Amino acid sequence: MREEISDMSEDDETGERARWAPDLSKNRSDDSDSGPGPPIGDSPPPFSDQVLENVLENVLEFLTSRRDRNAASAVCRSWYRAEAQTRRELFIGNCYAVAPHRAVERFQSIKSVVLKGKPRFADFNLVPFGWGAQFEPWVKSFGAAYRHLERICLKRMSVTDKDLTIIAESFPLFKDLTLICCEGFSTLGLAVIAERCRHLRVLDLIEDYLEDEDDEVVDWISRFPETTTSLESLVFDCVTCPFNFDALECLVARSPSLQRLRVNHHVALEQLRRLMASAPQLTHLGTGTFRSEVGFGEVDPNLDLVSAFGASRSLVCLSGFREIEPEFLPAIYPVCANLTSLNFSFANLTAEELNPVIRQCHNLQTFWVLDSVGDEGLRAVAESCQDLRELRVFPLDPTEDSDSSVSDIGLQFISEGCRKLRSILYFCQRMTNAAVVAMSKNCPDLVVFRLCIMGRHLPDRITGEPMDAGFRAIVMNCKKLTRLSVSGLLTDKAFEYIGCYGKLIRTLSVAFAGDSDGGLRYVLEGCTRLQKLEIRDSPFGDASLISGLPFYYNMRFLWMSSCNLSMRGCKEVARNKPNLVVEVIRDAVEEEEEEIEAVEKLYLYRSLAGARTDVPAFVKIL
Amino acid sequence: MEGEAPRLLDLIPKDRDWVGKGVCKVKNGIEEKLELRLGLPGEENEKEEKQSAKSAFSLSFSENVSKRTFLGSVVTNEGKGTERKASGAPPVAHGTRTINSSIANNSSQTITSNAPVVGWPPIRSFRKNLASSSNSKSPLETRDEGPVNGNKADSDKKGCFVKINMDGIPIGRKIDLKAYGDYDELSSAVDQLFRGLLAAQRDPLVNEKSGGENNQEIKGLLDGSGEYTLVYEDEEGDRVLVGDVPWKMFISTAKRLRVLKTSDLSVSSINTVSRKRAATDC
Repeated sequence: MREEISDMSEDDETGERARWAPDLSKNRSDDSDSGPGPPIGDSPPPFSDQVLENVLENVLEFLTSRRDRNAASAVCRSWYRAEAQTRRELFIGNCYAVAPHRAVERFQSIKSVVLKGKPRFADFNLVPFGWGAQFEPWVKSFGAAYRHLERICLKRMSVTDKDLTIIAESFPLFKDLTLICCEGFSTLGLAVIAERCRHLRVLDLIEDYLEDEDDEVVDWISRFPETTTSLESLVFDCVTCPFNFDALECLVARSPSLQRLRVNHHVALEQLRRLMASAPQLTHLGTGTFRSEVGFGEVDPNLDLVSAFGASRSLVCLSGFREIEPEFLPAIYPVCANLTSLNFSFANLTAEELNPVIRQCHNLQTFWVLDSVGDEGLRAVAESCQDLRELRVFPLDPTEDSDSSVSDIGLQFISEGCRKLRSILYFCQRMTNAAVVAMSKNCPDLVVFRLCIMGRHLPDRITGEPMDAGFRAIVMNCKKLTRLSVSGLLTDKAFEYIGCYGKLIRTLSVAFAGDSDGGLRYVLEGCTRLQKLEIRDSPFGDASLISGLPFYYNMRFLWMSSCNLSMRGCKEVARNKPNLVVEVIRDAVEEEEEEIEAVEKLYLYRSLAGARTDVPAFVKIL
Repeated sequence: MEGEAPRLLDLIPKDRDWVGKGVCKVKNGIEEKLELRLGLPGEENEKEEKQSAKSAFSLSFSENVSKRTFLGSVVTNEGKGTERKASGAPPVAHGTRTINSSIANNSSQTITSNAPVVGWPPIRSFRKNLASSSNSKSPLETRDEGPVNGNKADSDKKGCFVKINMDGIPIGRKIDLKAYGDYDELSSAVDQLFRGLLAAQRDPLVNEKSGGENNQEIKGLLDGSGEYTLVYEDEEGDRVLVGDVPWKMFISTAKRLRVLKTSDLSVSSINTVSRKRAATDC
């Protein structure tokens, strides 16, 4: 029952969304626990009811969606018990929303755990180091309770080598470890996993930060068992330290089930060719770099590379391409027509270099690219990839006044060519309302719209107006929209529109926008499905915070940093809502009890566990 | 016109709402609006909502920052005919930034809005520094803002590879500057590199590897006498004619090479060169 995570998704929102049905009532809390349920551990039912319960359990085995399961568990005690017995996957969207022991007491037969920790803005250095989200208490509870645990997927958690060791020691059937944006572990922990998890199928390390010192790197690749392995997926492009290539080559050769392989930047084309020769059955390949190791002119591996790609008839997803030497790009032509997913977001390519490749990728559904290709490159994408569902355009130079060569023009091209677009993330320097409106009309299937105009407060490039009109069109016309990130010059009007039309929005990201408390109030009152709200550097104050009191129990979290909040307002929220944890985070702790009235960072979330006990000094729970 | 300059330097406009309304409201009583007060912002809100709940003592720097940039953007909008230090033709975005920096420089109390902001743009650290030249290894991610390039030693050992692109040829190449001893060797290497490709571009039937003697030699790269001229881009991104500086200096400063059509070299690029020459002479 593996949750389908988009291959290259930096956050697995799409995976979550695919499994959720629309909320039927505003008051339903819909993740981790299903809210206060019937008491655990009451007396067993009479015999006839027991039979019914057995039948129910058999039926509930087929229920996989956690939304549906939460609904089923709330019917009555019998259903609650049956559901708890039959749940196999535990999803906890906020590790502090419930205590480990409580989860483990309620669900006793879990095989798969998904656990998320820090707020997303931690990715952008807004959460100080040491804030929390330690995996340790969880792994200890799981280790004691879930002998049959097979899969662990963690996102933004702090994971130590010791935790990894506990995994390896506690779960004899362990198959799948996926760590996304985690930190705190090193190659030592990886070695333990490789060595001891004999049934390992998936080891996916995605955008983690490893703690290796240069001279303490462990040769973890060599630690996999010498025999044939059951590896299906090995992703380690974020493991930046060097590794034993020969050991990897042998490992790939003795892993006949291997379908996904993403290596790090210590692999050059000559080595890539060898890996591909050992594993022609690969479906997903991350090339690491895309350069020759010997430098131009000495050896031409081009021909071999072409035949290597030619032999890989199953490839549907390509990524990597760091330090790309574009003269080798033609080697991938044989697989272009089969590709559904292509990640060029580390490849500094011009439009001319992209063109011959993208022209052949008729079946592309997911495309990540750098803005170095410019509006012209996006035109080629629009003309070639009619089936595109997800586009991400990242900035080559992520500063506010860099020479980005993508703009509203590129967005317009995409909207005209890629009508089936569902998800877009677009970084640019300049934008117009007209292009955003065009996208809203041409791409009505949009579920995710994230526009980042990197210059703060920039209005429409041509008319000089705020970007209100563009976002208004998006929320009005894209009726399936569940995730929205706004940018550019925005007044409260934009939020009025979002609150009015964005009824399905679950995740909203706001930065440097709005005029007054009214803006936030519109959103809190209007977006009835809102789960995750993250705001930075916007002029929303205590009044708006307090206006959201009726809604915070329906949300997973609210993050507000560099807004106009004060301790008075935050304390009132905390006082009013006992099941909310209200964290005030400071960057540095000056003197001991000096309390500043202004709140720099606020993170509040509903929780059954109450105030956490592992707060660092710079966090105050109100 | 001049009267507007002091207004720029008055700190915070009391009313931020006029940003969305266009020019006319700005002109009415703008001096009154820009008067520095500790009153509540947004009191003359077009939406009748009183913002009285707003904290009078806003300690948030970001609000000041936002207000200044609002001011900047509106003033730029209305100032199409206005003389402004560096605005003129550039798009609104540029104007905003210029004005911000002038405010920042002149104001002692406010924080410059042009200073890099933590976590903005919202890009994870491993995606930063992709713009570094292709011969350096990808930077190691760190938790701090600045990434660490851990493999500099490797690139030194390998020589000095720079990208070289030729006009009309879509795919660029890389060459090792340290492999050559002087400009003539470099010129003939460039000729070897692109001769076949150029012939293939011109006549698609020509295989780039065959008929080496029949392909036209690319001559006169250094003296402007040929159809193409060799230029390079230095650390500052300026384009300079190849051949002016001592070879050793050239190797260390050239970041990228280009083979441009001589006819395309415009007056402005020649100006760049003479300024560069003057700079190195001094």
